[in-house]
Amino acid sequence: MCLAIPGKILERTTDHGLPMGLLDLAGARVKICLSLTPEAQVGDYVIIHAGFALQVLDEDEARATMVELERLAAASDPDPGPTL
Amino acid sequence: MEVCGGQTHAIMRHGIDQLLPPAISLIHGPGCPVCVTPLEILDRGLALAALPGLTLTTFGDMLRVPGSREDLMSMRSRGADVRVVDSPLAALQLARAMPDREVVFLAVGFETTTPASALVVKQAAAEGLTNFSLLCAHVLVPPAMAAIMAEPDNRVQGFLAAGHVCTITGWALYEELSEQYQVPIVPTGFEPVDILDGILHVIQRLEGDDPGVENRYQRVVKRDGNIVARTVVEDVFTVCDRPWRGIGTIVASGLRLRDRWGAFDAERKFDVGGIRPEESTQCLSGEILQGRRCPLDCPAFGVECTPANPLGATMVSSEGACAAYWEHARPRGKEGAR
Repeated sequence: MCLAIPGKILERTTDHGLPMGLLDLAGARVKICLSLTPEAQVGDYVIIHAGFALQVLDEDEARATMVELERLAAASDPDPGPTL
Repeated sequence: MEVCGGQTHAIMRHGIDQLLPPAISLIHGPGCPVCVTPLEILDRGLALAALPGLTLTTFGDMLRVPGSREDLMSMRSRGADVRVVDSPLAALQLARAMPDREVVFLAVGFETTTPASALVVKQAAAEGLTNFSLLCAHVLVPPAMAAIMAEPDNRVQGFLAAGHVCTITGWALYEELSEQYQVPIVPTGFEPVDILDGILHVIQRLEGDDPGVENRYQRVVKRDGNIVARTVVEDVFTVCDRPWRGIGTIVASGLRLRDRWGAFDAERKFDVGGIRPEESTQCLSGEILQGRRCPLDCPAFGVECTPANPLGATMVSSEGACAAYWEHARPRGKEGAR
């Protein structure tokens, strides 16, 4: 129920007065309500749940997390083996 | 304890439970809103679906959840107008498209989902729609966590807090709970690496004797969450006591529509007579939702209770712990095993 997935805003529109966004969701185009994230801009990634964007994804934090996870993976694998 | 059922499924799917050293056990929490929706509200939804001229809408997970006598799926097969929606906005659209029918949205979900329900109520009012209402079963996560910690036989020493609930509420909300019970609380994401990282930080805090709240889902969880969403929820809903299916009433753990939005409250709008819920006596889901028992402890698991013929909601919800074990950790030899 509380699963939410990231999508990228391609275009902003409105529907019955509600701010909407056309999003790229892993290749699919979907319309999502942006009422809860009025600050979201075209090009932003947002976390989507039940037809609504819940939060704008913080790109710097996402990158910092990736770096940390890679560091963890390197620290826990003494023999990473040949790289492709 | 991982609070969220989505995390339970990720843990089972990726076998994280089997990779951990024996000193670390993950206890599955109550974070499946479908599972904890009280039988009384589900039975009321079933009674509403039987009314002529009424369309009942809800999320797909609710259809197979057993009510006292039947489920929404079987009502639909007998001709009731029960429709699955993936957003309350879709329910609102049905109300716009069918002005001569009543459209009720059976609203289940935690803090993650509540803002969407609140917003469609405000939107329905703004558009002057009088044929749309909510049957509200929304519940709050922190009171359930506090109830678990307050139990004398509690075994939980740390929490992976539900990442998308925290996206709305913010992480600062948990500081009081962490302080009161001296328990580390770590908001965590849903990727397998996120979960391992959350476990690592809970363990580090336990070993350092340094309980507290540590946000490890920084890319979407902020200190105060989503303030726009919290404001909409506050405007439309007010806190109430709520029974949790299998668990019992938890004080101040539910939401109901404020009086000023009463015209959109299906419970006030439609009289369906007295509801007398009757629960299965065989189902252990309450014990499982509180982390006291594991699905494999249940004698009915895989025998009397399967996804095709469930005794409890935990076997059919996509976030239910029993469904996670059925899908990913079913012991060979149990009847019906693949």
